[in-house]
Amino acid sequence: MRLLATTVIALRALRRNKLRSALTALGIIIGVGAVITMVSIGNGAKAQVEAQVASLGRNVIAILPGSATTSGARGGLGSSNTLTVDDADAIRREIAGAVAVSPEVRQGWQVLGNGLNWRTSVYGVSPDYTTIRAWPLAEGRLFTDYEVRGTAKVCIIGATIAKQLFPDVDPVGQTVRINNVPFQVLGILTSKGFNFFGQDQDDCILMPYTSFMSRVFRWRNTVNSIIVEAPSAVAMPRLQQEITDLLQQRRGGREPDFNVRNQLELAEAATATSRTMTALLGAIAGVSLLVGGIGIMNIMLVSVTERTREIGIRLAIGAHDRDIRVQFLIEAMILSMLGGAMGVLLGVGLAELLSRLNGWPTQVSTSSVTLAVGFSAFVGIAFGFYPAHKAAKLDPIDALRFE
Amino acid sequence: MSSPVVQLRDIRRTYRTGELEVHAVRGVSLDIHSGEFIAIMGASGSGKSTLMNTLGCLDRPTSGSYLLDGVDVAGLDREARADLRNQKLGFVFQGFNLLPRTSALENVELPMLYSHRRVPAKEMRRRAMAALEIVGLANRFDHLPSQLSGGQQQRVAIARALVNEPRLLLADEPTGNLDSKTSVEVMGVFQRLNEQGITIVMVTHELDIAQYCKRILVVRDGLVVRDEPVQNRLNAAEELKKLLGAEAAAQLTSAPFAGDSAA
Repeated sequence: MRLLATTVIALRALRRNKLRSALTALGIIIGVGAVITMVSIGNGAKAQVEAQVASLGRNVIAILPGSATTSGARGGLGSSNTLTVDDADAIRREIAGAVAVSPEVRQGWQVLGNGLNWRTSVYGVSPDYTTIRAWPLAEGRLFTDYEVRGTAKVCIIGATIAKQLFPDVDPVGQTVRINNVPFQVLGILTSKGFNFFGQDQDDCILMPYTSFMSRVFRWRNTVNSIIVEAPSAVAMPRLQQEITDLLQQRRGGREPDFNVRNQLELAEAATATSRTMTALLGAIAGVSLLVGGIGIMNIMLVSVTERTREIGIRLAIGAHDRDIRVQFLIEAMILSMLGGAMGVLLGVGLAELLSRLNGWPTQVSTSSVTLAVGFSAFVGIAFGFYPAHKAAKLDPIDALRFE
Repeated sequence: MSSPVVQLRDIRRTYRTGELEVHAVRGVSLDIHSGEFIAIMGASGSGKSTLMNTLGCLDRPTSGSYLLDGVDVAGLDREARADLRNQKLGFVFQGFNLLPRTSALENVELPMLYSHRRVPAKEMRRRAMAALEIVGLANRFDHLPSQLSGGQQQRVAIARALVNEPRLLLADEPTGNLDSKTSVEVMGVFQRLNEQGITIVMVTHELDIAQYCKRILVVRDGLVVRDEPVQNRLNAAEELKKLLGAEAAAQLTSAPFAGDSAA
């Protein structure tokens, strides 16, 4: 039970010089606080992006037209126009695992209604679209498969359209003219706000893709994308493969001109920046933690020199080398762990303050707290080791004579 | 007579500093029995400090044997010697060497914290208070060294040296930092302890202090050149009374208008 006695000795020693102990721990406090604050800011940004991506829907697979090679010149993703409605139909027919499928064909256009006009994005979709995108209606109803088959002139408007064209009247039942074709408003979508790219998701009109392509925008014969809802996250890879095989088969072995992406990949790409930023911030803060550790070592070394006489007394009275070494190690560890705990409080408090004042999203993760505390304990042992070793190796006779 | 507490046989200690060989102790043999009160005297460089360090198991002799309480110290390693110092020896230093900013009680408890057998907190406190009682400082147990006079600090140091009930009390110039009156007080403490049976070995260069002990060893050039009992041994209590009397007399004569003028 010498360990207990040594801990008591270490605590008494720290208590004896409270100011110095506090100043020594300050380096660790700031270092840990910095790490936690920075990582919280980074995590907050990442979480925000992930939430945006999640607003696309859950377990969504997106099929996009691939890069195009037009007479040798290769364009980027989406530059080819080779995805068709038939592809979407084929997927709906043949892929049993797909919960819902919708083509998506988009056209920016000026629309008129209620004596006002507004330039917006018009989307031709199937009724599944709102399900896949987890986008419930605020008012009214969706168009039906029957209306799709009948190329009915019906549409659903986003919250921005409702605000811009029908500020004073209930839009449901009103008429909107698109490219001179009148469409009846069946319902209004709930508000989704701005997406990660800064686009207003509520600035849209949804109509049956059949109506879109045969009545309004007759020159469009390809779709911008096809979205598919998978039953679960684990099912997505297999589903992606099935869709790829099907579309490949339909193209008869030509060079693939499409891309099948799942939502996780999209999220990964979108959060890549914030993940890099978090890592960078964490690394910088980690450096300050390292400096804190060096500070502890410096103070412990000074402390050993200052307390040479005292160490001599302890050795003379009967302390073993190990007692002295363990005492100084414990002192360093107590300093670093107390500093770590206070650093956590500081970091969490600072993150909270920033999110209140600046509106920066912050998210304190338990893993970063555990890591910071664990690391501060390690710092205490690592940087306290050399001073402790020096103390233990003192010769009592010389130490007692030390001025 | 029971076997001696300390048995030194032909102790030699040689330091090698670079190419130079310093023979600090050149062959000392002596016995110390229980209840003795010894003063070791000698000039600087005589080897008395080295002899003390050897007695205190702080230093290992180059050759010769040292039996402490019948146990051969020479063959023991650093840890074993530390335990020996903890259990069998008590140290009192010239500079008191108390832990600063630590109460007298905690200072006295220190040797028990390093005991190889765990001492429960209650017992530690009890034994420490008892030791402070012996030196007459029980009422100042919570004082810091900065709140104690030099003599009081030295008495706390003595209490610390006693707390593990050692066989031998070693004091290195214990009155070196004290004024004459306090020195006598501290020697009084030592004499009382010795009367209760504690064996004391003290290094001093002052003959007046050595007169309070029972046996004097004079060390020169690494050898004991004289080993004889003290003649005209002083009694601390009496000397203190004399000192106080002289002080009082001095105060009387320095008062104004004293003298034999008619009242």
